Amino acid sequence: MSIDPALAFNGVSLTFANGTRALDEVDLEIRPGEFVSLVGPSGCGKSTMLRLAAGFETATSGTVDLASDHLGYVFQEASLLPWRTVARNVELPAELAGVPKAERRERARDAIERVGLAGFEHHRPAQLSGGMRMRASIARALTLRPEVFLFDEPFGALDEITRQRLNEEVGNLFVRDGFAGVFVTHSVPESVFMSTRVVVLNGQPGKVAADIPVPFAYPRDPELRYTAEFAELASEVSAALRGAKQEARA
Amino acid sequence: MTATLEAVQAPAAQAKTPKRPLWPFKTAPVRVFAPVVVFVLVIAAWAASSHLLIPEASRFLLPSPEEVLAEGLLDAVARTEILTALWSTVQVALVGLALAIVLGVLFAVVMSQTRWAEYSLYPYAVVLQTIPILAVVPLFGFWFGYEFGSRVIVCVMVALFPVITNTLFGLKSVSSAEHDLFTLHGASRFQRLWKLQLPAALPAMISGFKISGGQAIIGSIVADFFFRQGVPGIGRMIDVYRQRLATEELLTALLLSSLVGLALFWCFDFLAGRVDRLHGKR
Repeated sequence: MSIDPALAFNGVSLTFANGTRALDEVDLEIRPGEFVSLVGPSGCGKSTMLRLAAGFETATSGTVDLASDHLGYVFQEASLLPWRTVARNVELPAELAGVPKAERRERARDAIERVGLAGFEHHRPAQLSGGMRMRASIARALTLRPEVFLFDEPFGALDEITRQRLNEEVGNLFVRDGFAGVFVTHSVPESVFMSTRVVVLNGQPGKVAADIPVPFAYPRDPELRYTAEFAELASEVSAALRGAKQEARA
Repeated sequence: MTATLEAVQAPAAQAKTPKRPLWPFKTAPVRVFAPVVVFVLVIAAWAASSHLLIPEASRFLLPSPEEVLAEGLLDAVARTEILTALWSTVQVALVGLALAIVLGVLFAVVMSQTRWAEYSLYPYAVVLQTIPILAVVPLFGFWFGYEFGSRVIVCVMVALFPVITNTLFGLKSVSSAEHDLFTLHGASRFQRLWKLQLPAALPAMISGFKISGGQAIIGSIVADFFFRQGVPGIGRMIDVYRQRLATEELLTALLLSSLVGLALFWCFDFLAGRVDRLHGKR
């Protein structure tokens, strides 16, 4: 292949201190311009892979290679600091990196606008809905101009309509910014709608069970979800997931 | 702007956070009325016991409320005596409390930073709480003298533990996701402490201060009761009134010191309300 991967897992295994084996010899490459969803049964190590990429965990063996230090990470919960306004929350990464005030304000304003939260800069997280909090969390990650963007099951707690809308909007960000995306989810339709590739993991310990390309062009129309081609791919992912689950039980 | 997330509907109506009044007791009727009812009932029960249960000759055991008011508060000499003593007690308590807050937060911060510091220091913080203060007060007298400084040390000693435990609890209450966020962005230890742990700990810290406030006043009174030197405080006056069988003054001194404790508690409660609002609660 010509382009170097943005994120590569090379034979990565991870055993936690308590003896739990989370990942077993995982090989996975994500190239710039790819958006890869990780699906799998609970406890298969999907989130652990993101945590390894972000440096929160260290692999027991194998290597995790990141091509860029422009890393965006959206957590399962919005994890905004409740005592800070939306604007100050979005500024946080730049603030920690020592970016001068004027510039980080500018970046935060831009990011807030891009996630459609303009006008809510001075609200506190408690005054926002779950969907809006997630938008703020995405804006916070955007301020770093991520080249690798990790999403750890970000929309699991949202209602279906909000979730679909945010799926479409993250898709738009992907089209514009062309980052390499890794998206952990439990939802098969979400994984197919978002991604250029769906990787199914089985557990435990986690191992790649299937790698299914999704050929639909971007930007993706919301109506794509109701086409026969979409249903076919979704059922393929479901089947792989069922297989993974059975294997996990065996 | 090219591709963006679609805008959330403009927040025209709620663009401004609704301004809440600075004075937090807007539910005044119940919050003021209920304690007043209790006050009236207690005073009535007190007056009834004093007049109906106790024979005239031994009325000094429990003088009635109006006698306490007349001889303790309305009598100029007694009033001056008690208020002067109260001021001395309050000064000691406030200095002690301030020191306890500074030292306690400092200790808790140190303990939150390294596990070995917590393991090695925490048992002694607990010991501090369980030492019978009455046994230590005379020792402090031997070591540090019998005046202002020693009284303050006693206050610090009794007020320190709630500050340490509550602050430490607050510092450790930060969720692992928030810690991950700071790790992701390469936060320094100081940034993590200053921008994450301390703000998150603030509500718990203030609950600690609330307890310590009352403790500091008790400490100040107890120390003065024992040391009986320097400017007389409430502790010494209580002993004097006891010997004189001046129950009216004794009760006045007690009631006024509790009022100070109450005022201190309210101050911290008010502060807690502001912090809760800052954290988006209430």
